[in-house]
Amino acid sequence: MQSLIWLAIALPLASSALLLLAGRKADAWGHWVGVAASGGAFLVGLGALLEMLGQPEESRAMVNTLWTFIPGGDLNVDVGLLADPLSITFVLLITFVGTLIHVYSVAYMEHDPDRRRFFAYLNLFVAAMLLLVLADSFLLLFVGWEGVGLASYLLIGFWNSKPEYATAANKAFFVNRIGDIGLIIAMGLMFATFGALDFSTVFAQAPEATTAQLTAIGLMLLVAACGKSAQFPLQSWLGDAMAGPTPVSALIHAATMVTAGVYLIVRSAPIFSGAPDAQVVVAAVGAFTLLLGAFIGMAKDDIKKALAASTMSQIGYMMLAAGLGPIGYAFAIFHLVTHGFFKAGMFLGAGSVMHAMNDQVDMRRYGALRGAMMVTWITFGLGWLAILGVPPFSGYFSKDKIIEAAFVGEGWQPWVFGGAALIGAGLTAFYMSRLFFMTFHGKARWTDDQHPHESPLLMTVPMMILAVGSAFLGLILATGDRFTHWLEPVTGHAEHHDPVLPIPVLIALTLILVAIGAVGAWFKYGRADVPEEAPAASLVTVAARSDFFQDSVNRAVAQRPGQHLTRTLVYLDHAVVDGAVNKQARGWANLGEASRRLQSGQVRSYAATMLVGLVIVAVVIVVGGL
Amino acid sequence: MNPINFVILAAILFSIGSAAVLLRRNAIVAFMGVELMLNAANLALVAFSRIHGQLDGQVMAFFVMVVAAAEVVVGLAIIIAVFRARQTISLDEPAELKG
Repeated sequence: MQSLIWLAIALPLASSALLLLAGRKADAWGHWVGVAASGGAFLVGLGALLEMLGQPEESRAMVNTLWTFIPGGDLNVDVGLLADPLSITFVLLITFVGTLIHVYSVAYMEHDPDRRRFFAYLNLFVAAMLLLVLADSFLLLFVGWEGVGLASYLLIGFWNSKPEYATAANKAFFVNRIGDIGLIIAMGLMFATFGALDFSTVFAQAPEATTAQLTAIGLMLLVAACGKSAQFPLQSWLGDAMAGPTPVSALIHAATMVTAGVYLIVRSAPIFSGAPDAQVVVAAVGAFTLLLGAFIGMAKDDIKKALAASTMSQIGYMMLAAGLGPIGYAFAIFHLVTHGFFKAGMFLGAGSVMHAMNDQVDMRRYGALRGAMMVTWITFGLGWLAILGVPPFSGYFSKDKIIEAAFVGEGWQPWVFGGAALIGAGLTAFYMSRLFFMTFHGKARWTDDQHPHESPLLMTVPMMILAVGSAFLGLILATGDRFTHWLEPVTGHAEHHDPVLPIPVLIALTLILVAIGAVGAWFKYGRADVPEEAPAASLVTVAARSDFFQDSVNRAVAQRPGQHLTRTLVYLDHAVVDGAVNKQARGWANLGEASRRLQSGQVRSYAATMLVGLVIVAVVIVVGGL
Repeated sequence: MNPINFVILAAILFSIGSAAVLLRRNAIVAFMGVELMLNAANLALVAFSRIHGQLDGQVMAFFVMVVAAAEVVVGLAIIIAVFRARQTISLDEPAELKG
């Protein structure tokens, strides 16, 4: 099946085209085609995995060259698909979670007249995302990268009749373009340095390049990753991206697309291994974003925006791990996989709650939903335990490993990165427990017309499956370091290093902080009454509620200077470039105006002119003696 | 007789002709001036032919006569056409080409 991996991309792509072209006739059955295409892609991925498991470790990577993409002298790029342990992990995550969310969407979007279009876009996303992770060159990866950006834009603005939703889609699109420019510059630098863009050539030649070249490429790749993964300073689009339907938030803006930046960093490991400075920057961005996201998550009352902030924070963990080098790569991907499960599960749970509460998203108007929505409560609860990192749930195995790895090193780095990861764990426990208790516990603060009810089976079954994954996937994959060994052919073998603090101390510290966070949230939001309107709060909370004024900052730092720059350029264009041309044209016009007077139209004056000319010629001839 | 006198006569005739062209508004008179200038040139050609003892100038004079005959036909036709269009043959009247 490894050589048939192209089918995994072709199936959802064909389905997407079919759904978009089929017209209204397909409204009745189109969504099932979408589900089948995604499921088919999962089966192809599963087949590839089984085949790969039957092979020895060193021969598990396989490149299928399909055709030549760009044949051009110095630059030859093939369309090839690279099936190796890392990409197959992503294929399975994307298609498995994706298929579940497709099934969920059948029920969630049931009353939407555009359900067929929705499934077409979801399929387009799955195809583009698979292309992104299966590509064997940076250029082909970029095609998938843009494809997921397009699908994300289309789905955020799915209900584009609301102007603010359309604006949110535009915002996501624009911010992502900044990241794309980073990737384009990185590719340009690679071409200048290595003369190639495919992974095998670039990574084989990476050790020979200078540190400065690798650092430049690494930093540009980081810009790209920041844009796609909503990391500081390009994080502002993710919160607004929640304008899209909830299944989109679960699939694209939690489980898969936003993790593409982490994939890019881990895939480019050979470049980063020669650029320690770039690695430190990656880790610093991750550490900062994980705290930023956690603070925003603590202040948000909109359940989806709180989850979005949490996503940002968790991806911060992954970036931090990816910035630690070989000891962190496997854990970054491990956390990415478990996060894909528990965060998708929680988003679907949030969708289920919104479904029951007439699309209410304000957690201050929830409360006491446990009684009405038992299945959602249990599945959400498992995801909550997983993200908190309570043993033996998934998050414990992935996140605690990142915290341990962050404490490895010398000098200031382990203390700063490790400290950030450790504090982040406590903050995560607080804001996720706050979200959980405000939604499911305490007193009912519903509006009069809300009658919560459990969602249909089509929605709850995917939630149950994801909840099971949230509970046990970490345990299964972590046993005997199975996942780390699985990824070793790609991420390289990492020697075990002892953290600056003993591991049992770290585990104990993490669990104590998590317990403090969770218990604190219980006293404040579970037992005590939650006011229906957000109360006046400290300056930090107010700042966090407005995402630390990210939009104002962007406006001041990027938008206004940009507008001034464009206005200046427009002025210069008028005054200098156009000015020179216009001045010159006016000069010629004036010359013509002046010479116009010579043409009197009087025949006799023409005759006089001719005669004078003749006389002059005669005089010249006679005097010159010619 | 000194052949140079013919040349002087040709110069005088040419001057009279050009003065007629430049100073008179009547197209017919100006036209006559043109003919006078052509014949002055013919006279000069023939005189130089005599001075140098060569026939080239005389041959040239015949050509000029032929061309002048054709020119008279075209010129008079133009004058008649202008008169029909404007009821005048003043040279100052048609000034459409004024810039």
